[in-house]
Amino acid sequence: MFDIFFSPETLSSTIRMSVPLVLACLAGLWSERSGIVDIGLEGKMLAAAFTAAAAGFYFQSPWLAVLSAIAVSILFSMIHGYASINQRGNQVVSGVAINMLAAGLAVVLGNEWFKEGGRTPPLPAEAKFPVFYMPGFDAIQSIPGIGPYLNIVSGHSVLVYLAFLLVPVTAWALASTRFGLRLRAVGENPHAVDTAGISVSLLRYQAVIIAGLLCGLAGTYLSVALQGSFVRDMSAGRGFMALAALIFANWRAWPALWACLLFGYLQAVGLRMQGVKVANVEIPVQFINMLPYVMTVVLLAGFIGKSIPPRASGIPYTKDR
Amino acid sequence: MTAKGELPRWVDIGVIPLLNLLLALVATSVIFLLIRENPIECLAIMLKGAVGSLKGWSYLLYYATNFIFTGLCVAVAFHAGLFNIGGEGQAYFAGLGAAIVGLNLEFLPWPIVIPLAILASILFGAFWGFVPGYLQAKRGSHIVITTIMFNFIASSLMVYLINYWFRPVGKMAVESREVTGAYIMTFREIARQFFDYRLPASPLNLTVFLALIVAWAVWYFLWRTKPGYELRAVGLNSEAAVYAGIKPDRIIMIAMAISGGLAGLVAVNEVLGAQHRLLLEYVQGAGFVGIAVALMGRNHPMGIVLAAMLFGLLYQGGTELSFAKAHINRDMVVVIQGLIILFMGALEQAFRPALTAFFFRPED
Repeated sequence: MFDIFFSPETLSSTIRMSVPLVLACLAGLWSERSGIVDIGLEGKMLAAAFTAAAAGFYFQSPWLAVLSAIAVSILFSMIHGYASINQRGNQVVSGVAINMLAAGLAVVLGNEWFKEGGRTPPLPAEAKFPVFYMPGFDAIQSIPGIGPYLNIVSGHSVLVYLAFLLVPVTAWALASTRFGLRLRAVGENPHAVDTAGISVSLLRYQAVIIAGLLCGLAGTYLSVALQGSFVRDMSAGRGFMALAALIFANWRAWPALWACLLFGYLQAVGLRMQGVKVANVEIPVQFINMLPYVMTVVLLAGFIGKSIPPRASGIPYTKDR
Repeated sequence: MTAKGELPRWVDIGVIPLLNLLLALVATSVIFLLIRENPIECLAIMLKGAVGSLKGWSYLLYYATNFIFTGLCVAVAFHAGLFNIGGEGQAYFAGLGAAIVGLNLEFLPWPIVIPLAILASILFGAFWGFVPGYLQAKRGSHIVITTIMFNFIASSLMVYLINYWFRPVGKMAVESREVTGAYIMTFREIARQFFDYRLPASPLNLTVFLALIVAWAVWYFLWRTKPGYELRAVGLNSEAAVYAGIKPDRIIMIAMAISGGLAGLVAVNEVLGAQHRLLLEYVQGAGFVGIAVALMGRNHPMGIVLAAMLFGLLYQGGTELSFAKAHINRDMVVVIQGLIILFMGALEQAFRPALTAFFFRPED
């Protein structure tokens, strides 16, 4: 049973399971670094997953699917932005509302359009994303011992490579560009940014829109690439796991990647463990399903301690009069 | 006299929530139009289904019983400055306590076993709330994330337990056998047995009175006792509370345990009162409704009782709507719930500037 932990299938599955977490975690990173707490990652991802599956089926094109998903996800972001930035409402409450709205709407609209109780029809091959194979794939794959491990880095949907590319892009953009610097400043000390004559609201809206875009990608990956259709509640807590990864990573892009890979690995191992026997006793599937959530709790409780959120996160900005 | 810039109390607790609710209804209507339905007709079906008959009312109150418990659960945590999204899991886990006592202590007379089963429900719910509270207070884990994770954990754990522990051998349905000892009677059964009178079929049971008593008890606890005062002090300003000799860590754990215990009372209404057995997913989202109920009721027990009735109306109406219109499923209720949380929670200040301008025009 121990080959499960390091088999090429598990490692390759780790990459695939990590992608929605990485994208959602980066979304949370952008949003929270600007001072907007985003509990609604889950809902945005779910809304995007539904939109992508529905639009993908309608247009028979993955590209129109992802564009529609991003548009819907950004729409939800804007609601959250309006509530948190203009109305100075409670950001956690707004996020909870978005999660419910997305979960309910996806099923109600899905049932109305496809009459399958909230599911969408399976997507045909032409509505899926192209798969990338690295050069020389066939030659290396035939080498015994090494060949199977090639599937870890090769043969994934293009969205996978985009997701992992976005990690260094985010790290660089936040650390080394003027926009990134201002964005981080607005999450730490919005008054200072305001005094410098830069609009706090505009910066925060930009961050929230970027978060929407990334959640759109995450949702598209879930329904179009990973599953091939939309099923109700398919995000299954990934948005919250991404938030946990973000806390665990202390709100930085590279550590967030490692945290997400860890969670992805746990999910991958969980998938492979179904039906596996330890000392002749089958591990109940419910315990395997529980594993990522238990690990999230354990990791949050045991390993952080010095995790410091952006100082102004969750606090609405009020201009002094 | 109210201070300048401050709205009169009746506007604050009356007009603003009503305007926000109206806005949520307008948004709901848009969704109905989106699925090509007449919103007025749909809302009328919902209203008639919930308050147009004795059966509708009894279901409304049955749902409201659950929502009073979960609403109080969210409110108590809120007063301590905590956002407990885990009511769902706490209520589900509490079913374990109700079932263990209810199924194993049947030989005891009902005046003993019913209080014991209620107590077990409270304790199991409290435990499922206390652990995230402990992790927040002592380990700095974020309460929102932990309670959400505990919802997922409870969900898997209960599937396992009901399937492998509680399901009688040979039974197909994944549920426990009937709880006969700790049996809380429904009004229908009482009417038939003691008054020889027929009431429409409904799961409404005596727990509804417990809900009202508990609502009063929570009010008394929060505003009339020392620990309640300390809890609110921590919620308002935990740093200031430290200087008053209050230990926020302790209060966080106590508040979460009480909060979880309140959610646990849902098990009394469901496992002991309505279903008389432990069912899969019997909480059915009541934990999340509690968030909306607490927001709408302004975290005050009186408001929560009223808001819980409104959501009872929404749930019963939604069920009737899904019967009347085949293509609308019950998830429409979740959408409406989301809109209510959005407009009454996150966007609650939307009308305030306009109302303030309206009320203070003459003086300015």
